[in-house]
Amino acid sequence: MIEIEDVSFARQGTPVLQDISLSIPAGGVTALVGPNGAGKSTLLSLMARLLPLETGRISIAGKSVAHTRSDALARTVAILRQDTLVSSRLRVGELVGFGRFPHSRGRLTDEDRHLIDDALREFDLTGMADRFVETLSGGQRQRAMVAMAYCQGCDCMLLDEPLNNLDMFYARELMRILRDLADRQGKTIVIVLHDINHAATYADRIVALRDGRLVSFDRTDQVLVPERLEQIFGYRMEIATVDGQPVVLHHR
Amino acid sequence: MAELADGIRRTAPRRISWRLVAIWSLAAILTCAFLFTGLRGNISFVLNLRLTQLVGMVQVGVAVAVSTVVFQTITNNRILSPSIMGLDALYLFCQTALVFALGGFGYAALDPAWKFGGEAVLMMAASAALFVPMLRRSSEMLMMILTGVVLGLLFRSLSSLLSRLIDPNDFAVLQGASFANFQPLDPALLAVGATVTVLGTLAAWRTRHTLDVVALGREAAVGLGLDWNRTVTAHLLLVACLVASATALVGPLAFLGLLVVAVAERICGTRRHAVLFPAACGVGVVMLVGAQLIGRAGFGGAVVISVIVEFVGGLVFLALLFARRRQ
Ligand SMILES: Nc1ncnc2c1ncn2[C@@H]1O[C@H](COP(=O)(O)OP(=O)(O)O)[C@@H](O)[C@H]1O
Ligand SMILES: [Mg+2]
Repeated sequence: MIEIEDVSFARQGTPVLQDISLSIPAGGVTALVGPNGAGKSTLLSLMARLLPLETGRISIAGKSVAHTRSDALARTVAILRQDTLVSSRLRVGELVGFGRFPHSRGRLTDEDRHLIDDALREFDLTGMADRFVETLSGGQRQRAMVAMAYCQGCDCMLLDEPLNNLDMFYARELMRILRDLADRQGKTIVIVLHDINHAATYADRIVALRDGRLVSFDRTDQVLVPERLEQIFGYRMEIATVDGQPVVLHHR
Repeated sequence: MAELADGIRRTAPRRISWRLVAIWSLAAILTCAFLFTGLRGNISFVLNLRLTQLVGMVQVGVAVAVSTVVFQTITNNRILSPSIMGLDALYLFCQTALVFALGGFGYAALDPAWKFGGEAVLMMAASAALFVPMLRRSSEMLMMILTGVVLGLLFRSLSSLLSRLIDPNDFAVLQGASFANFQPLDPALLAVGATVTVLGTLAAWRTRHTLDVVALGREAAVGLGLDWNRTVTAHLLLVACLVASATALVGPLAFLGLLVVAVAERICGTRRHAVLFPAACGVGVVMLVGAQLIGRAGFGGAVVISVIVEFVGGLVFLALLFARRRQ
């Protein structure tokens, strides 16, 4: 589904990504983890053509990111960026409605309106549809941004730290929705996560970056061993088992 | 489900449409007042004169409003306007350059449509060369204003340098065109300008939904499938055309666009282009015709119109700047 070949990227002369190659199969949740500054957001931006590819190739669902028209890609892949700054005065309903732009170019059909309603309901935003985005709390705004990406209806979703600002309830809620989308609609979801335990519970695969290099790409249970976590995050952490589920005690 | 659908529908433009109706009703009333009050003497002659002037004002109001809305959206900056960024100074420079190249006689002999066409093409090329590189990097606001002021000064001094090099007789051709003036409008130029304005406004209107997406910022817009560079360049060229048509007709209007769009946005409380375009055009017409009426009733001067509008517009610019700083 997502093919990344020999991708390197430099920012202001400093290499930020080096020789990344990986192939993420269609369907399922892939967690992208790594310390701050590892290059996760950069990799996601390259996959979503928000940054121009310098070396290497990326294709999503057979479409080369560098050579496919932007509007065709927008119907294949949706991206939620980490710094979700919305620069215009919008209501939540309007913002979520922008997710339909790649399909209807701004002239909303009845079907679009239903999908927008669905997205608002799915992310518990129905009561806020009329509020201005700038009057929301950080977590509510984050949910609105995720709802917009969801509304885009793409087979592939790239989410950069969507759990930012979310309380425990909504963080769990969002992870469940994503799991459900992967299981029932076969969506391919790549999600940057900071809490390794969310990855442990909900992800099928883990991609780990450190200092711009790929250090692990494997099934979740294969990555969740102390040695590999130390290799990724740079310190030793214990792993407990609760009900047969690994729980990483990263905070101790 | 019913109340959900209702939630979406309530965000539709319908809610604000009565404000649009109010703006355009006021514009219609002022227009009638402008045409029909104080008619004396040869009525059909006076009416004809006023009608020409009215067409000019509507054209300028619309061109300035649309170009400012589009420019603010593509620069993602509410306190900029094409004139603040020196686009009308650039146009006057292109005009002077053309006179310089052709000589006053050649210039005056040129058909207005060709004259305007040449200037507009020169202007579009120059603004693309200057601003496209700037728009690719998203710049900081104060930096952009500063750049605009510097560019404006540069073009003005280049124009005056060129005009000093021009034969004094040739210079006379230019003189009328250096400050905003609604009195003697060239009918041929009016026809050309009106055509450009109508076409440009239609083009802008057709991309209103795209502009809503542009207003979300570069990355969000690309994520939603826009070809950013193409969209922004095309709209910049559109702005250049509209500015050229307004400036050719009446000369530079530094703050009118800013004032018009700020007022329209305040009245409608939205940045959606489907609402903002008609609102800003209406406000533009109201302001120009209103100022002309005030001028006719009270002060009787022809320059009054630009002085009034510019004075108020300048104050609004400062207010916006300070409001922005306080945030
Ligand atoms: N706009 C930028 N300009 C210059 N360097 C940047 C920019 N954004 C990120 N970087 C650098 O690139 C590296 C990777 O950043 P990023 O991909 O955001 O990391 P992560 O998302 O994994 O925390 C960091 O060293 C960061 O300092
Ligand atoms: Mg990041």
